[in-house]
Amino acid sequence: MKSQLFIAFRLTLTLLVLCCVAYPALVWAAAQLAPGRGEGVQLSRQGRLVGFANVGQKFDKPQYFNSRPSAADYHADASSGSNKGPSNPEYLAQVKARLDTFLVQNPGVKAADVPAELLTASGSGLDPHLSPQGALVQVARVAAARHLAPAQVQALVQQHVEAGLLGPDKVNVLQLNLALDALAPAGR
Amino acid sequence: MNKELLGILVIFGSTVLLAVPLGRYLATVYRGDKSWSDFLGPLERLIYRLGGVRPEREMSWQQHLVALLTINLVWFIWAMFVLCTQGSLPLNPDHNPSMSPDQAFNTAISFLVNCNLQHYSGESGATYFSQVFCLMFLQFVTAAIGMAACVVVFNALRDRTTEKLGNFYVYFLKSITRVLLPIALAVALVLVFQGTPMGWAGKAPLVTVQGDSTFVSRGPVAAMVAIKELGTNGGGFFGANSAHPLENPTYLTNAVENFALVLIPLALVFAFGYYIKRPRLSYMVFGVMTVGFLMLLAPTVYYETHGNPAIAHMGADQRLGALEGKEVRFGAAASAYWGITNTVISCGSVNSMHDSHMPVSGMAELLGMMTNAFYGGVGVGFLNFFVFVIIAVFISGLMVGRTPEFLGKKIEAREMKIAIVVALLHPLLILAGTAMAAHLYVGNPTAYAGWLANPGYHGFSEMLYEYTSASANNGSGFEGLGDNTLWWNISTGVVMILARYLPIIGPVAIAGLLARKKYIPESAGTLRTDTGTFGIMVFFVIWIIAALAFFPALALGPLAEHFTLYAR
Repeated sequence: MKSQLFIAFRLTLTLLVLCCVAYPALVWAAAQLAPGRGEGVQLSRQGRLVGFANVGQKFDKPQYFNSRPSAADYHADASSGSNKGPSNPEYLAQVKARLDTFLVQNPGVKAADVPAELLTASGSGLDPHLSPQGALVQVARVAAARHLAPAQVQALVQQHVEAGLLGPDKVNVLQLNLALDALAPAGR
Repeated sequence: MNKELLGILVIFGSTVLLAVPLGRYLATVYRGDKSWSDFLGPLERLIYRLGGVRPEREMSWQQHLVALLTINLVWFIWAMFVLCTQGSLPLNPDHNPSMSPDQAFNTAISFLVNCNLQHYSGESGATYFSQVFCLMFLQFVTAAIGMAACVVVFNALRDRTTEKLGNFYVYFLKSITRVLLPIALAVALVLVFQGTPMGWAGKAPLVTVQGDSTFVSRGPVAAMVAIKELGTNGGGFFGANSAHPLENPTYLTNAVENFALVLIPLALVFAFGYYIKRPRLSYMVFGVMTVGFLMLLAPTVYYETHGNPAIAHMGADQRLGALEGKEVRFGAAASAYWGITNTVISCGSVNSMHDSHMPVSGMAELLGMMTNAFYGGVGVGFLNFFVFVIIAVFISGLMVGRTPEFLGKKIEAREMKIAIVVALLHPLLILAGTAMAAHLYVGNPTAYAGWLANPGYHGFSEMLYEYTSASANNGSGFEGLGDNTLWWNISTGVVMILARYLPIIGPVAIAGLLARKKYIPESAGTLRTDTGTFGIMVFFVIWIIAALAFFPALALGPLAEHFTLYAR
């Protein structure tokens, strides 16, 4: 037992060097060649950091494509889902309220056109994406708020649809909104 | 929708295809035969010398267990020290505080036993030092412990009579140098090139496009995520685990992470057959495990992709599935596949919030952890399955009136007693823990109001899930549970310890006892264990012991919720 304890102690020190110094150092070195150099892929506009490409941010103003509801309110230092169960009455009332609000803010849209992700909070609270339908259903509102032709905004959405070989099609909301601002500056 | 289903088919198919050659490689490495990875020999010899290990010294099963438990004790002390003082240690750019003693106890145990239940959020509850030097360290070594214990059992089941079962430290170290480190490195490289951070800067302040102020947490994420999956640990860098867009940024990383966590448990099944030179036995084990896995996967994919009926009732479009707690980039099908693979295998990382899954999916996830042998965690999954095989051999031996034998060794009363204690421990821990928690809650719902995020049946499921996850050493949660309290930290901590070490000690002891017995060559009177018939027998033993024991609890939680939700 005593000799085993001695071995355990020395082996632990050795493995700390192998697994916790050498291995992370290798991964870190490789990351220096990767996009973002290991600090997250950052997006800047006119020299100012405006976001991380993979991290969703809050968009709830009418002139932007709105991102999904978030249990973390898009605070990217406190990721979290809602953890609401599917039959929780309080939760279902909240979903209903989101649907009603969306229909008021987007006149002319029918409930059956509102896809699931616009009514539900994501797992991380930082979901950067919408489904293509989730963006398209907002085109009329965004176009009106920016005095643009709906067809022009719709074409912009279509350009931003990412369709892989496998898995769902999606739209990165931050990149879509940055492109939208480039097309017609916000706030007017 | 078809692209989503095709996605999970591709992930599962590629995992099985790669697990077979990896299994053959593992058998070669553990037998000590010549292999292409022998160039690592000098490094291993250096580590033996630094550690004071004499690799040629063979050990009895008792010596194996002493070595295993001693080194675990050293790690526990190291983990407690780091977690209780992390606030004052280096590599803490976000100035996160040290853990309270009960939270540190829970976290230390949790990572020590390969469970990775997390009663903290990585962004604010851990530092880069504790993430790398404590938590990630344990993710490597505890996975290797499970593999080493598994190899001791492999060795004991060879056709000979012996006390000597190889050297524990050799199995342990080879698991790290020949398997875990190289594959983790490959996975981590995919992750960093897909955008997962691997740096040391603190969280970045950010003013968003529409003008809100926030921070974005970062850190040495990629290195940890790779081994978290590969070692079936599951403890994530961030609070949201693999749902977090920096921990799991794309569909490709999701596929690679999901592949990594299934790979070694599957490969060990094939390694067993190659190691003892009876590959047919491996096919039987793989077949039983896969049938069990698919029976849990199919309903989960169905219910998750069909959406929440209560939301469909409001008139909204549910064609993308039930998306509460899910990420758009993965979709409902890949989230369901992830949920089931992470619960049948005791990894317990999440890419969607299980608390928000449909009731039947939640039940399938619970059943995955309750059986804990349909693939199971690295090493320990096979050990759990081995216990069920022993029981099945004994029962079928009695049924057909033959002496119960497994691989030429008689199964007698002593082995059976150990197997039954191990098999029944799991239901006991889960049901007793849940019963006590439910009793406390019902006795004083206002004092414990912070425990449950959801009322009614689902609230009960949250408590049941927590103990099931602790006892299965899984680590996922119905995370609505307010679990960073003295009660949950200590009670799940105790459950995790018992549920880790007894299911390792038991099978190693059985195998050690069998190895000492006289080898009886196969004859016409031998009960064949590599046949479909015997596979069915094992399946039903698992189903009766591990699943039916929980039926009343499941009826109170997820089943009651399901029928309420779909009744309208």
